[in-house]
Amino acid sequence: MPTQTILITLIALLIFSYFIGHKRSIAVSSLDKGRRNLHSRPHYYGYMVAIWAGIPALLILMLWSAFNSSIVTSLTVSGLPETIQAESKDTLGLIINEVKNLAVSGQIAEETDAVKRDAAYHYQRLQSISTLAKTVVVFVAALLGMLFAWRLINPELRARNKVETVVRWSMIVCASIAILTTVGIVFSVLFESIRFFESVPPSDFLFGTKWSPQTSIRTDQVGSSGSFGAIPLFVGTLLISAIALIIAVPLGLMSAIYLSEYSSRRVRSFAKPTLEILAGIPTVVYGFFAALTVAPFLRDLGESVGLSVASESALAAGVVMGIMIIPFVSSLSDDVISAVPQAMRDGSYGMGATKSETIRQVVIPAALPGIVGGVLLAASRAIGETMIVVMAAGLSAKLTVNPLEAVTTVTVQIVTLLTGDQEFDSPKTLAAFALGLGLFVITLLLNFVALHIIRKYREQYE
Amino acid sequence: MTDVINTMPGMPRAVPLESETPKPAVDAITGEKHRSEFDVEINGTVGKPLVDNAKMSSRNCDVFYGDKQAIFGVDLDIGNNEIIAMIGPSGCGKSTFLRVLNRMNDTISICRVTGEHTLDGEDIYGKKTDPVLLRARVGMVFQKPNPFPKSIYDNVAYGARLHGLASNRSELDDLVEASLIKAGLFKEVKDDLQKPGTGLSGGQQQRLCIARAIAVDPEVILMDEPTSALDPIATATIEELMDELRSNYTIAIVTHSMQQAARVSQRTAYFHMGKLVEVNDTDKVFTNPEHQLTENYITGRFG
Ligand SMILES: Nc1ncnc2c1ncn2[C@@H]1O[C@H](COP(=O)(O)OP(=O)(O)OP(=O)(O)O)[C@@H](O)[C@H]1O
Ligand SMILES: [Mg+2]
Repeated sequence: MPTQTILITLIALLIFSYFIGHKRSIAVSSLDKGRRNLHSRPHYYGYMVAIWAGIPALLILMLWSAFNSSIVTSLTVSGLPETIQAESKDTLGLIINEVKNLAVSGQIAEETDAVKRDAAYHYQRLQSISTLAKTVVVFVAALLGMLFAWRLINPELRARNKVETVVRWSMIVCASIAILTTVGIVFSVLFESIRFFESVPPSDFLFGTKWSPQTSIRTDQVGSSGSFGAIPLFVGTLLISAIALIIAVPLGLMSAIYLSEYSSRRVRSFAKPTLEILAGIPTVVYGFFAALTVAPFLRDLGESVGLSVASESALAAGVVMGIMIIPFVSSLSDDVISAVPQAMRDGSYGMGATKSETIRQVVIPAALPGIVGGVLLAASRAIGETMIVVMAAGLSAKLTVNPLEAVTTVTVQIVTLLTGDQEFDSPKTLAAFALGLGLFVITLLLNFVALHIIRKYREQYE
Repeated sequence: MTDVINTMPGMPRAVPLESETPKPAVDAITGEKHRSEFDVEINGTVGKPLVDNAKMSSRNCDVFYGDKQAIFGVDLDIGNNEIIAMIGPSGCGKSTFLRVLNRMNDTISICRVTGEHTLDGEDIYGKKTDPVLLRARVGMVFQKPNPFPKSIYDNVAYGARLHGLASNRSELDDLVEASLIKAGLFKEVKDDLQKPGTGLSGGQQQRLCIARAIAVDPEVILMDEPTSALDPIATATIEELMDELRSNYTIAIVTHSMQQAARVSQRTAYFHMGKLVEVNDTDKVFTNPEHQLTENYITGRFG
């Protein structure tokens, strides 16, 4: 039975277990003044039986599927003639792949090489044995579990507590999966970065001001070593993010204040969703808007006042990015500002404060933690943004803080490093991991600072 | 002393209560009890709602929340340096009327106020009157302590800074200290002036709010159930404080505690379903009320 069929049948079995558990709990209990003398409500007994039937069976199914392929493969290999087994690892791998393809294609009989043909048959046989065994074992486990739990049922059985325990553990498992994934990603980035730093010294990477990651494929070529100074990239990233935040924070905050304090309900009900649409526009659309509309406009504007503006400029990318992240600032700020209690405002009005004084001195400080959160979200969005920069700010890794020139950012360079053909372990490819690590550290720092700010003010403001 | 100039102002607007709140003729559960309450008509205010040394006065006050009328033709004076207590069942419009006096109702968009209202004879709803300045003269203390998310010092200095009452730091320090002393809070917090005001206990917070209100040196202080969230000890502190404040300020206090009204006020106003039923010297209201509804309320028959 293929895995999907097993799963569907298993689910049907679980539903069945629920009902028999439910029914049995009622059968074993007796009525006392209209109440059953059960410890838990009947459906908890149903859940318990279903859990006993489902969890062991599902675990077995998962483990089996995970190890099936490698066990079957190694069994197939050990069935091959000794001479082939003695081949190098790569060759053996190739042969095994051929055998597997053959077995799946269903045209084994047409194969001329007798060894491969036999191996393919062998592989097919092993697979079908494995599938059969899997089906049997899973259902036996499910039925045994069901029977076991079903027999456990008696009025004193604390089914509710058992079910709650299982629920708690499944929550813990889910949370751990999220955490472990994060840890896994961090470590993989870390290890690849360490490999990168084996070929490029960290000081060159951290303090170098020249970025040209072109390494040659053959070592005897001229100009074979690229230079990996990441400073221009990080400066570019910070420059563009700073421009974006300079645009987004005042605009976003002001619109949030307008929406929550001044606008009528009608305006708000229409303006707020409209503003939030900004966050839903695909970044590539912003990208060509920046490249085709804003950048030329800024260039012409610059020319008319005698400034030379590059046709791809940090300013164009930053401005458009700023517009993109406005909703992150405005929406979150609006929510926290609206959440400031009316009593606080009344207190201020009652002292003879005007509306704007009240907003500046009472509402904003009270809402500050949330506002900082929104700004931070916007900042990390800006730092991670790639598409707009590729299209509007260019690829030249120039070290400059002049917003009118073309710059490039960390994320854009990661993309260019990893697109196209290259060896996986060349410094050029590994540099992407080092850049990723750098970016990660920066966002981590940003989060750390924000948490600190929030905690500091929260003590004061709640 | 406040002299009576008009014990029975003619008020033709009086409407039988049944017309606003249609109720079943006989209450299904309690039967008779409710009907007697509605049998009494309110034909204007009895007692002495008007005085000759009025600090604030309202005439023909109607208040509407949208289409719903919350106050019906109230005439009331608040005498200079007196404490007037406002009592009445929940929802009868005490808070609403109090908020008329410093135009806090302006902050509620659906609220509409009519009638003539004056402070020292000046129209407070006039075109020329700035509600912001009015509220500096008529301060307010709310039912729930609502200190700002700032330090104790900044809470008290808030109004003074807004209105530029102190020209330098030491003047401001003195003002903060004086206000805290008047509110009876200084001893407890004098070493923690930079700590957040929100970290104080409920009673301390309420005294902080009073200190904050008197720091701007208002002429009138409106208090809306200022002790309803406090324990008896904190309540006693605030009541003593009100007694001391009376020599310099005029105070209107809304309270649900009749003992409190009896302890702190000179005159008491009884509101019922948006109407001002009776205003009299506090002693008289609690010993010998003129109106049947007042008597019912203070003897605990309803409300
Ligand atoms: N913001 C508002 N919007 C609409 N109606 C309101 C509003 N505030 C008060 N009301 C209505 O006005 C009437 C009087 O309310 P008010 O708050 O003045 O009563 P109160 O006497 O202070 O009652 P309590 O003793 O419970 O505080 C009530 O019927 C109430 O429903
Ligand atoms: Mg009230």
